[in-house]
Formats: sequence, structure tokens, C-alpha cells
Amino acid sequence: MPTAFLNARLIDPASGLDSPGAVLVENGTILDFGAHLFAGGAPSGVETIDCHGHVLAPGLVDMRVFTGEPGEEHREDLASASAAAAAGGVTAFVIMPNTSPVIDDVALVDFIRRRARDAARVRVHVMAALTKGLAGQEMTEIGLLGAAGAVGFTDGTKPVMDAQLLRRALTYSKLFDSLIVQHAEDPSLAAAGVMNEGELSTRLGLAGIPAAAETIIVERDLRLVELTGGRYHVSQISCRDTLEVIRTAKRRGLPVTCGVSADHLSLNETDIGEYRTFFKLSPPLRAEADRQAMVDGLTDGTIDVVVSGHNPQDPDTKRRPFAQAADGAVGLETLLPVILERVHNGDLPIADALACVTCRPADILGVDAGRLAAGAAADMTLIDLSKPWVVDADALKSKSKNTAHENRRFQGRAVRTIVGGHTVFQT
Amino acid sequence: MSVAAEQPGLSFPHKHLLGIKGLTAHDIHALLDLADMYVDQSRQVDKKSSILRGRTQINLFFEASTRTQSSFELAGKRLGADVMNMSVSTSSVKKGETLIDTAVTLNAMQPDLLVVRHPDSGAVALLAQKMDCGVVNGGDGSHEHPTQALLDALTIRRRLGRIEGLRIAICGDILHSRVARSNIHLLIQLGASVHVIAPPTLMPAGIEALGAKAFSSMLDGLDGCDVVMMLRLQMERMTGSFIPSTREYFHLYGLDYAKLAYAKPNALVMHPGPMNRGVEIDSRVADDADRSLIREQVEMGVAVRMAVLDALSRHLPNR
Repeated sequence: MPTAFLNARLIDPASGLDSPGAVLVENGTILDFGAHLFAGGAPSGVETIDCHGHVLAPGLVDMRVFTGEPGEEHREDLASASAAAAAGGVTAFVIMPNTSPVIDDVALVDFIRRRARDAARVRVHVMAALTKGLAGQEMTEIGLLGAAGAVGFTDGTKPVMDAQLLRRALTYSKLFDSLIVQHAEDPSLAAAGVMNEGELSTRLGLAGIPAAAETIIVERDLRLVELTGGRYHVSQISCRDTLEVIRTAKRRGLPVTCGVSADHLSLNETDIGEYRTFFKLSPPLRAEADRQAMVDGLTDGTIDVVVSGHNPQDPDTKRRPFAQAADGAVGLETLLPVILERVHNGDLPIADALACVTCRPADILGVDAGRLAAGAAADMTLIDLSKPWVVDADALKSKSKNTAHENRRFQGRAVRTIVGGHTVFQT
Repeated sequence: MSVAAEQPGLSFPHKHLLGIKGLTAHDIHALLDLADMYVDQSRQVDKKSSILRGRTQINLFFEASTRTQSSFELAGKRLGADVMNMSVSTSSVKKGETLIDTAVTLNAMQPDLLVVRHPDSGAVALLAQKMDCGVVNGGDGSHEHPTQALLDALTIRRRLGRIEGLRIAICGDILHSRVARSNIHLLIQLGASVHVIAPPTLMPAGIEALGAKAFSSMLDGLDGCDVVMMLRLQMERMTGSFIPSTREYFHLYGLDYAKLAYAKPNALVMHPGPMNRGVEIDSRVADDADRSLIREQVEMGVAVRMAVLDALSRHLPNR
């Protein structure tokens, strides 16, 4: 039976649609939608869902998620990550290849996709390793991996340092129009650093990572992009100077895109307080001026996408002295609320904000998602823009509870998540 | 019977001593006043009192230490505590979970006072969260070493009568030094002006936000200083090249009479030890009985640690 979503505020960032209306779904795809639909009244022979005037938007696409599957399922598996995603209004996410074993082989891409089909509530895409074993020395089989379904190539948490290798990868990937994704941090400058370098690292007696460790890699890579014309994406930027470098490159028309994590939009280094390891991230949380620059970059469109950077860690890896603790925070369930916070603060309109987590990541990845369109998959998120709520770590769906937003008050969240026409989450 | 009745009055409202940051000038002077009394006690033939009789003190050192550990051991014993030393090599305790486990295990042994040194900044505070007893930070990473700063302050206060209004230079590897951070907090809290002097590669970012004035030249930094505190060059914390050689370091930053001449006449010289003679300090300066306070610092160390153990023990439940 077809399903009608009635009494909704439809927002489709790709087409600029923002109007009251309805959506009709059958067999997992959108048949029709718009203000005209069912304007005369409730249809018959159709299952109806009243949206109570909430925003019905394309489901969120999260470009950067870590799971523990395969290898460390006690931290997170595809099933638990997808439950967290559904609860956060995320209908598709991309997992990073930093698993055990590393996703650098066609069989592993295949394995993940099959596992996801069986176990996950939302759509799972795979980003494969750019170098074999993430060792930074030999290129993986970009063509075969892409054919198997890999949506991009990255060494995840490791920067590709060999300039010659990156140059060849950017050149070779043009054959398939593949996306090359960099984690921008110069390891020799970052060295033993565990947080942003500055007054606070000095006070805490922790080794710092200068902002230049990020900027210098992006500057170098952009030269290679210019040389090769390959499609290049910086997974997460964190500092003002990097933003400026990317802004200039975009103005010159280079094929470059970049993302920022929700945490870097909403937190800064002072949140570390007295060695709170849940705020130990990579790249590190930066100064307030950098955070503000990230918001500006989002507003003016220099930053293309917002990611959760979801990285589940358990007490074994987090309840340690700061320098020894693992990087990362879970974020699938707080991605949308952080973005809505920017909307409520007046930094950018709702449609632009949603574009950063719907059509733009879908376009960069080349996946069919992120749009309300006739014939498109019925992956949608119903959003209550004003619902106040408080983050309770224990209530998170993720197996790991290392949120950087515990007890934080948010306004607005996903109240229903729909994948292929089926409701996979509902408050 | 109230314990407080046997002891001089003291208002020190902290259960642990994890750092100088967070202490008021009043807290610091209260500890120093108490330490003055313990200097006298330690100079008597019978050095022992019974304030901590029946109490158990554990010295837990994750980093090798001779001076600090023996100073804490002596301090505890002079107050009548049962003192146990535990040296844990960091190679066997790499995981923080093990650190928490260690804390839980030790806590079950019901110590009254725990002194901890650890190579990671913040590790002592992390461990203290799991302990019911009083915890003293015996040095954590590059963060704080509060008893060193207190003993330095006691040494200066006894020699010059005050700390307020003095100009004090701290020279050397500021970047890796917990002694420098604790001293900056303490000296500024007590109204001194602090000059930090280091080669630019060993000067941490944003140090002036702590209230100190930064110099890369010894001659500029020492100008008008009443006290010159030298720091040890911490070779073991240096990964990569911070300075070209110890020879060049001594040439530029080693304290000899020529450089000391830029400080006030009769300026005093201090060093937390152990010294690298000929690297950061010239032997003749270090051994100059009129100028060097280095041996006195060691004596004050025991008294200050007695005061700290005493102060924290007053928050313990009486049996």
C-alpha cells in the first residue's frame, strides 16, 4: 500500500523547495510530492502519516563515520551504528576504511555491503583505503574497488604524506572520476601533540599541534590538484588559515571540496577543561576564533559538508591520561541538532544548513540520495525544529557513549527517520 | 580528643594537593608558615612527631625519582606515618585503564595519604578521582609539581623575608617543565614578577598569558632579578631537535658568573636538581655558598612536604 506523508513542511535544499505539502511513497520510492498533492483532503486506499507541520527533508548523508566492524565490534558494529544514525535522522553514512582488517580489498567492500544489507537500518557506503594497508606506500585498486561500490578513497585518520603517491592517485583516479579524500595533518609537525597548540596546551602541560600542521598539507595538496586536476576533498578542516586557503583555491576553480565536523562547529579547545578525554579529537578542537571561522565558512559556502566524524571509543581507550587516550567522539545522533543550533543562532537559513548534510555530500560522493524528487529513494527525515531536549549519554543508541555533548541542551531533532519508505526510527 | 587541638591552627580547605593553580595566596602562606615550624622540628635531635601515627602513606612513582621520593618518605616518617614506596615502571603500566585499576587496588588498601608522580599531565588528578584518601601531586608530566614550587617559595621567603615585589627569573627548558609552571603560578599569586627565559624552541606558546614575561636572551631576562631559578635540561622529554648541542646551550643559557652579573648584585641562584653541571649551570656558581640556595632547597623540601602531609591529613576522618 502506498504511504502518504501529510501536513508536512517540505524542504528540499537541492531545488530550493520550502513549502507546506505532502509526499506519496510507494515501493520505497517517492511517487509524487509537493504543495498540490492531496490539497483537497486525505486520500483513500493509502496509509497516511500526519507530519504535524514538521519539516520533511531528504535524509541526512554523513560522509565520515567510523565503526568497529570488522575487528572491534565491542565499540560499534554496523547494526548499532545504523541505529544511532536512524535516531539522528541520518539515512546514509560512509564508513572509513580504518578497520581491522583495513578495507583495501574488493572482498572487504563486498563484505561490508552485504553485512550492511543484513544488519543495518540505514544505507551504508564504503570509503576504501587509498593505500594498501593504510601504509601510505602503494595505491589500492581504485578501479576495481570503485566498481565494487567504494564511494571514495582515503587513508581515514592517516594523512597521505608521499607527494608522488598522492599525485599519481589524483591523476589515476581521473580515469574513474573517483574522489580522493585527505586527512590533513602533517605528522612531523603534529609529532606527540594531543591538543591545539596555544595558551591552553601550555597551561595543561600537554604537547600541542599547531594549526599549520593542517594548513601546510592542504596547501601542498592543492598544488597537486592543480597539477593533476583530480577530485580532492579534505575530510575535516579545523582552522581559519586552512579555510582561507580553500576559499582561494575555489575562487580559482580547482576541483576541491571540504568538510567540517559538527564538533568543530560547536566546541573549542577550552571544552577540554581539566583533561576531559571525550574532547580529544583529530583534528584537535581549536581556538574560538577558528570555530567561528568554521561557522563563517559554512555560511559563505566555502565548507561544503558537515560530518559527524562519529568515532566510538570505549572506557578502555578513553579513561586514560589525556595523552594516552584515543581520539574521537560519537556524533551520529548529534549531527542534526548541532546544525539546527547554527540555524537557530541565525548563522544560515535552514535550507542551506540542510544542504550540507543532504544533497552536497550526495553530489560529492556521487550517490543517489539527498533529494526530494519523483523517482528518488524515499529516504527522508522528519524534523521537529523546536523540540528542546538534553543529551543523555546513556540513552544514545551507539554502543559507545563517548559524546562530546553530554548534558547539552539542544533545540530540534529528528522525530521520524524513513529509509526506502519504511520508518526506521520514531520518537 | 580533637587532633586540631594538638596542632597549630591551619585553614587549608583542600582534600588533595594536585597543583598550585587553584590555591589562594592565603593557602600558600598557611602551608609555608606550617613548613617553617617543621624546619625547626627537623633541626632538633629528636626529629619525630606523632601527628601521622597510625596513618599509612604510599609513595607511588611511575617515573624514576630519588630526591622527591626520599624527601616525601622522610617527611612522612618524621610525622610518624607508615610509609610505603612503590615504583612502577611505565613500561608495565602503559594503559590508563591499568592506572585506574591501580588506583582502585590501592584504595582498597585504605591508605591515608598517597603521593603520586606520573609522566602524563593530568594523570594524578585522574587517579585522585578514584581515591578516598588525600592525594599529593609529586609531579605530573609537564603540568605541575606543586611541592617543588612550595619549597622554592619557602627557601626564598626565609632568605629574603618576602616574595611579594621580588623579580624572579626562571631559566631553561620551560616547554617541558612542570616546575616552571607551578613556580609561575605560585610566584605570581604571591605578588612577584616572573621572567621566563628560554631558547625559542623551548618556550611554550602563550606563556605570557600565565602572567610571566618571556625572554629569549639571558642578559635581558636577568636584568634586575633578585633570584635566578635554573631548570634542568630534560633530555628524556626531548624528542627531536630542540637545541643543536649542550655546548651551544651552555654558551647561550648556561648560568656562569658573567651572565649572573646582569642580575641584581648578590642575586641568589636556585636549581631544583638534579643538576647537569656545565650544561645549564657552571659548577662554581652552583657551589657558591653565598649565592647558591641549592642545598637549602633540599632541606626545605622535607619541611614543606611535612607541612603538606600534615595539612591534608587534617581532612581525613579521625578514628
